[in-house]
Amino acid sequence: MKKATYLVTTSLITAMMVLGSCGLSMAGGTEILGAGATFPYPLYSKMFDVYGEQYAIKINYQAIGSGGGIKQLAEKTVAFGGTDAFMTDEEIKAAGAPIVHIPTCLGAVVLAHNVPGNLEIRLTPQVVADIFLGKITKWNDPQIVAVNPGVRLPDMAIVVVHRSDGSGTTFIFSDYLGKVSAEWKQKVGVGKSLNWPVGLGAKGNPGVAGLVKQLPGSLGYVELVYALQNKMSVARIANRAGNFVLPTIESVSAAAAVTMPADTRVSITDTSAEDGYPISGFTWLIVYREQAYAGRSREDALQLVKMLSWMIDEGQQFTEPLQYSPIPKEVAALADSIVAGITYQGTPLLAK
Amino acid sequence: MTTNAAERGVRGAHRAEDSFKWGLYVAAILVVVLLVAMLLTLLTSSIPSLRHLGARFIYGTTWDPVASEFGALPFLVGTLATSFLALLISIPFSLAISIFLGEYFREGPLSSFLKSAIDLLAGIPSVIYGFWGLFVLVPLVRALEMKLGVAPYGVGVLTASLVLTIMIIPYSASLSREVIQMVPRDLKEAGLSLGATRFEVIRKVILPYARSGIFAGALLALGRAIGETMAVTMVIGNSNLLPKSIFSPANTMASVIANEFAEASESIQVASLIEVALLLFVVTTIINLIGRQIIKRVSFE
Amino acid sequence: MKADGGRFERQLGGQVAGDRVWPRIVADRAFKGGVILLSVLSMVPLFLILAYIIKNGAAAINWRFLTNLPKPVGDIGGGISNALVGTGILIVIACAIAIPLGVGTGIFLSEYRKAKLSYAVRLCADVLQGIPSIVIGIIAYAWLVLRAGGFSALSGGVALGIMMLPVVIKCTEETLKLVPDTLREASLALGVPYHRTVLKVILPAGIGGIMTGVLIGVARIAGETAPLLFTAFGSPFMAYDIMKPISSLPLIIFNYATSPYPEWHSLAWGASFVLVVLVLGLNVFAKVVTRRWKVQF
Repeated sequence: MKKATYLVTTSLITAMMVLGSCGLSMAGGTEILGAGATFPYPLYSKMFDVYGEQYAIKINYQAIGSGGGIKQLAEKTVAFGGTDAFMTDEEIKAAGAPIVHIPTCLGAVVLAHNVPGNLEIRLTPQVVADIFLGKITKWNDPQIVAVNPGVRLPDMAIVVVHRSDGSGTTFIFSDYLGKVSAEWKQKVGVGKSLNWPVGLGAKGNPGVAGLVKQLPGSLGYVELVYALQNKMSVARIANRAGNFVLPTIESVSAAAAVTMPADTRVSITDTSAEDGYPISGFTWLIVYREQAYAGRSREDALQLVKMLSWMIDEGQQFTEPLQYSPIPKEVAALADSIVAGITYQGTPLLAK
Repeated sequence: MTTNAAERGVRGAHRAEDSFKWGLYVAAILVVVLLVAMLLTLLTSSIPSLRHLGARFIYGTTWDPVASEFGALPFLVGTLATSFLALLISIPFSLAISIFLGEYFREGPLSSFLKSAIDLLAGIPSVIYGFWGLFVLVPLVRALEMKLGVAPYGVGVLTASLVLTIMIIPYSASLSREVIQMVPRDLKEAGLSLGATRFEVIRKVILPYARSGIFAGALLALGRAIGETMAVTMVIGNSNLLPKSIFSPANTMASVIANEFAEASESIQVASLIEVALLLFVVTTIINLIGRQIIKRVSFE
Repeated sequence: MKADGGRFERQLGGQVAGDRVWPRIVADRAFKGGVILLSVLSMVPLFLILAYIIKNGAAAINWRFLTNLPKPVGDIGGGISNALVGTGILIVIACAIAIPLGVGTGIFLSEYRKAKLSYAVRLCADVLQGIPSIVIGIIAYAWLVLRAGGFSALSGGVALGIMMLPVVIKCTEETLKLVPDTLREASLALGVPYHRTVLKVILPAGIGGIMTGVLIGVARIAGETAPLLFTAFGSPFMAYDIMKPISSLPLIIFNYATSPYPEWHSLAWGASFVLVVLVLGLNVFAKVVTRRWKVQF
């Protein structure tokens, strides 16, 4: 019995080693662990792939939602978190040590729909809020028809799709709805996980996109990239100036023309910019300001900081091809100074 | 000289024997300790939620992370609805299979074929059931909903129950089959010799005799359905609201944990989710133990 | 048989001997037909599932699929090599925990059948078997991930090991119970120390059943996803370090299936195919082992 088990085990392990060496593209090196938002995941996955190849380092980012990113960082099980919902003061206090936010790109939360006929649909803030409150239930509701003259809206039920996990995308969306609808603010509120009055839940941006793609008549909110990648129709939203804006790189950048606080924690929804897309948002990477914790070595911290620095500088070239907006120059300068302030045992890591 | 060596040998053997027996005891005790530790962990981690919410946890219908209000009733209802519906739908099928294999076709190629098929069904991982359900059942249910004029979600309580039905049939079928097979021949032959048809023997002799075993099989299947996570979470629609009909999306205790645990950052939410896990633990354990008690009683008769 | 078929008596409102039998015979035939029909119907989902997996999965499988690492969305050519290795490593860790502990406990239960501790242990094993896998995942998270400060293959393996344990215990105990006492008594009478009797005489006699238990346990955990959600975490890289996160077949099936990308869907079908072949292969192998190494005395 012992011999048989021995033989089987060794052959199994050998087989795994063989398979393992087949797929090995990088030898050894540090591994940086991160988790969080699905909002920027297509961008991050590209960035980490390129950076990893260039600098022979492995970055393992699991897109489990902004809420997950914040939690795992607070529990120190990951080196960095990704979130589109900046941490509140209470959340930072609960984590025990100061956390800094580094903005990496701008994106748009779009309303993707699966109404047959490839229709171009316009929605006002009020209508959007009422749909997600469950007050408007059909596509040919008079309120929607009123905003879409000439469009043949079908007599179909609106299947609302929202996030089932703790999501920064939800935060941006609910932040917007809270600003434009007093009823929303009172009934549902703003946050990463909400008590949705109506609709189906799906995990992550990909989950929502997947569900909307499958269900005719559905309407869900996703990051722009997911709608584009899946060739889904996107609604035009009326901004404060009254223009029905499509989410594009330019309209999102226009919305980002706000005064930035020093820690970059700002919401840019419901923009007053004329051509700005009203449901835009920054997304951040969050790390501890003091990197000497939980047995992290100086080398680990240095690698992390170098990666962050690259992402706000050279990494920005990957934003536009993927339909994200790059961070504005002033914001980049701010981000640089924040990264420069990340310390290891008191001394800043980047000697610039 | 020889005596000393022999004595040393014997003493050495004794020591090895003792440490071996001791090792066995340790292994056994470890199992008990493991279970107790698991229960303790669940209890202590749910304390914040128990203190904050108390009984509201059981009857509250709002699961609101923003307001820190966690009522788990929607998940209790979702779990019970899907599991009982699945059990109900599966009963005719699993009974049919158990009678087929236990009475009509005990041996032979047809019997082994069906037996292997049932074993296959039991062996398929649940994530694959969910995957298949998502791509095959959901469009079917959606077509049905559109015909009936209800909101065409496709996902929901009904779809989850259907997937669960398929998953639990093997469990109740195999246990029921064993009990039916155990019915003494002379009882059956007595019935047949009195002129009863096979159907009547089944109805009036076999089934009543095997009744408790069949019930135990149903209980075990129910326990399995209640704890099932992956397949359910992929087709149930993930809505934290109390489901209004079988076409509504919902959440079960298991699926809400799968959805929210990885990122529940607010401490009461984490504690509430662990309290849900504790509830799940308690419910499935009770059902399982009752089922096994019945089986033990039946096998000793 | 009456000449007029009993019409005269029936007209008078009476009954004839042959009357009551026919409906019963019909009912009997109908019931049998119904049983056969329902049994066949319940196999339909099985065939549908297997058909889908074979059709979509086999198409996705090629050498690149099995040996490549996953690629970012939009890049073609991703593979599942790290998930295969990950599943293997997790199984090895789970076995390292479940086999010594499970076989040891099984030996204890079969040797000390009536001890009070035995009743407690059997009860615990029964309870363990019924615990939903997601609850075990939460426990593993609380014990290992939080304590160690990170996700790891080890925590995933431990969760799977806990799930495998009851199966191994049960099979070991049942098999060893079948070994006749005479064997043990003969060995002890010859002066063989107790531990050697167990290890070299009784255990080898029951090796078939024990291996069956291990194989069935492995088949059960190979497809488990829920306990890995918060422990192994998933990883796009090839796994070598058990203290780091790791990918596995069920995890990637879950992630790819719920995504909106068709390339990822076909990867999920391919991975499902591999997983189903693995699990069913283990089950078949277990049956073969039982037949070949049956405890016969």
